[in-house]
Amino acid sequence: MFKFFIGRLLVLIPTFIGVSIIAFSFIRLLPGDPVMLLSGERVMDPARHAQIMHELGMDRPMVMQYLSYIGGILHGDFGTSIVTKQPIIQQFFALFPATLELSLCAILIAIVLGIPAGVFAAIKRGSFFDQSVMGAALVGYSMPIFWWGLLLIILFSGILRWTPVSGRIDLLYFFPSVTGFMLIDSLLSGQKGAFTSALSHLILPAIVLGTIPLAVIARQTRSAMLEVLSEDYVRTARAKGLSPFRVVGIHALRNAMIPVITTIGLQVGVMLAGAILTETIFSWPGIGKWMVDSVFKRDYPVIQGGLLLIAGIIMIVNLIVDLLYGLVNPRIRY
Amino acid sequence: MKKKMAFAAALLAATVLGGVANAKTLVYCSEGSPEGFDPGLYTAGTTFDASSRTVYNRLVEFKHGSTELEPGLAESWTISDDGLEYTFKLRQGVKFQTTDFFTPTRDFDADDVIFSFERQLKADNPWNKYVAGASWEYSAGMGFPDLIKSIEKVDDHTVKFVLNHPEAPFMADLGMDFASILSKEYADKLQADGKLEQMNQKPLGTGPFTFVAYQQDAAIRYKANDSYWNGKPKIDDLVFAITTDASVRRQKLEAGECQIYPYPNAADVQALKDNKDLNVEEQAGLNVAYLAYNTLVAPFDKAEVRLALNEAINKKAIVDAVFEGQAQVAKNPIPPTMWSYDDSIKDDPYDPEAAKAALEKAGVKDLKMKIWAMPVSRPYMLNARRAAELMQADLAKVGVTAEIVTYEWAEYLKRSSDKDRDGAVILGWTGDNGDPDNFLDTLLGCTAVGGNNRAQWCNKEFDDLVKKAKQTSDQAERAKLYEQAQVVFKKEAPWATLDHSKVFMPMSKKVVGYTQDPLGIHRFDNVDIAE
Repeated sequence: MFKFFIGRLLVLIPTFIGVSIIAFSFIRLLPGDPVMLLSGERVMDPARHAQIMHELGMDRPMVMQYLSYIGGILHGDFGTSIVTKQPIIQQFFALFPATLELSLCAILIAIVLGIPAGVFAAIKRGSFFDQSVMGAALVGYSMPIFWWGLLLIILFSGILRWTPVSGRIDLLYFFPSVTGFMLIDSLLSGQKGAFTSALSHLILPAIVLGTIPLAVIARQTRSAMLEVLSEDYVRTARAKGLSPFRVVGIHALRNAMIPVITTIGLQVGVMLAGAILTETIFSWPGIGKWMVDSVFKRDYPVIQGGLLLIAGIIMIVNLIVDLLYGLVNPRIRY
Repeated sequence: MKKKMAFAAALLAATVLGGVANAKTLVYCSEGSPEGFDPGLYTAGTTFDASSRTVYNRLVEFKHGSTELEPGLAESWTISDDGLEYTFKLRQGVKFQTTDFFTPTRDFDADDVIFSFERQLKADNPWNKYVAGASWEYSAGMGFPDLIKSIEKVDDHTVKFVLNHPEAPFMADLGMDFASILSKEYADKLQADGKLEQMNQKPLGTGPFTFVAYQQDAAIRYKANDSYWNGKPKIDDLVFAITTDASVRRQKLEAGECQIYPYPNAADVQALKDNKDLNVEEQAGLNVAYLAYNTLVAPFDKAEVRLALNEAINKKAIVDAVFEGQAQVAKNPIPPTMWSYDDSIKDDPYDPEAAKAALEKAGVKDLKMKIWAMPVSRPYMLNARRAAELMQADLAKVGVTAEIVTYEWAEYLKRSSDKDRDGAVILGWTGDNGDPDNFLDTLLGCTAVGGNNRAQWCNKEFDDLVKKAKQTSDQAERAKLYEQAQVVFKKEAPWATLDHSKVFMPMSKKVVGYTQDPLGIHRFDNVDIAE
């Protein structure tokens, strides 16, 4: 197990280098440069443009720029935003808790609803329930997030007035950020109604962000369960008179969970992509919105740093998923 | 329900925000995050709304709702006869804001003025590069490094600016955001503590609102500056709720989560006007959209060809399609609300037959051209692609084949200023300071060829008029020169002037005293909330 863990950690190094090269070169492939955008519609004098490019070190050969960038990262320096002039790492960790809180809630919704839906659909294969769950999953999976988000806002916030339109908490509440997680901070603040306000702000974006993972998890659970339910040992379990709950809930489900856990792990990446749109619609101050704004402003250091940090997080999540396999299925040994 | 919510909101505001009885909070759903809080470093209106127009003041200010100047931190000023020396008498007893991060010990004086400008002008000033990549874009754009020879302290309350050459728009420049006055005492403290970058994160000035906190990409909080020299604002707290999507801003206003927001979708304006709980203020924007021909490339180097093409374009149809009628057709390069606008000028009529005949007369047959359509939506041109398509159809009627091209925005801006650019480019401009020079010389002067002058048009008669106006201090005389320049422009037609758009500001009926500013800035110092 330990050997496996170290092996996986070592594999992360070339992966990380690969990601850093892609992150670094990808943004530079886009036309346009950040300095030109600093002056808006007003055209910048070419001499001045060259001078600012020089000051930012962007007139050096790409390889040199890359090496000095990697050198900085090894010292924990991810650079400074061209636009806000603030250190990337500071901005990232100020915004990341918001994205994490949203993503955790979204995945929680997806798991809590998706797995039971998939299991029941598999047990009642071909039934009306199965057809409707799988139909709904297909719709959920195909729904453009942006449109879905606006639709929910118009219905629940606009017409029914059940939930607030956007933001993380009612602006009348103001307290220092301790953990960065609004649900926890609102409880710590001791202000009456703050937690409820934070929770009501979280519901809609979490549902929107959780929709695609929910659909994917439900479909994956169903197909994995169908496969397991046709296995000999399930038939044996049934034959020896075990209750349907024990057969499905313990013998079948546990084995069906392996591909489901893989899917959940992969959904983390999908969710970070979804967070970009969800955060933009709900004015949710997280890294998704931050990265989108930076792409429009060609803020190279933010995009590079943001991509690297996100890639790092996804790699760690994948590692955890690999380790989880062993816990779920004792037959898997490293 | 709404009343209930408003009551609950007021109650919460009273209990949560410091326990002040009847605290009035205005929530403004702003369109984006500020890049920082030092207005000298940036060019975006979003940043200025959050910094210079709330926290800071300038020597001179634009009057509410106009481009006219009025005294700000300078009580009065004199200009020498040669137009080279500007002497400002500073207002006394003006206090900088007291915050939890700094308590000032002295009032505003000449040192603050000198500090605020010298940091932008002198490369050896420790504040010139106080954040990584600091570039003073507006100061450079308005030519301040070449224009200002020196800034002298005559006494504690008198400052003299000495210029290298006369420049009539200089006073208007001083009303601009980048010319905001910062506290030297605060700067010295930050320097002593080695925390220079805090100047861009925790602003402190003499303006109507005191900065409280910025929650990145979420909200900015201010409280009224009790000791504001121009009278304490009527609201107690001001919150910018950052909401980038215009549809969501509308939902928030209708749900009572904010009381006012800028830049509604054109398609939403009518519905907002129909809502009986809301007011929609509208004003002609200080902007223009144009199609600039490249006058260096044949056959667009001939005025008669450009005029013929102008006659072929149905501008009214473009305004109707792109702005749903919420804009006016432009005939001059400056907007109608600007002084010196020549309303007696007749626009080129939409007349495809005449256009066809004129092109034939000029010997132009089977003309093929490119139309550049901007990839982004700007206040002066919401949908350049649509506008280009309409022009393409119009031109086809007179036998001109037009191809629409576009580039990524930064690339578009760069390539469109190339002298050998192939094609006519759709672009526009929003005024910086309400001075006609900011349109006529900046966009059409000979020195701007290869830069902001997208038509690459250098006409001696026009340029002489504009340059002369720049060096004349009498406004009536300047206005005459600019009127003549507009006549030359119309005759020579380097652009097809397209539209001046309207700017809308939807707000709750409870918001009183809000005035729209032609410069596109959003100010809340006069705003009150009705009980």
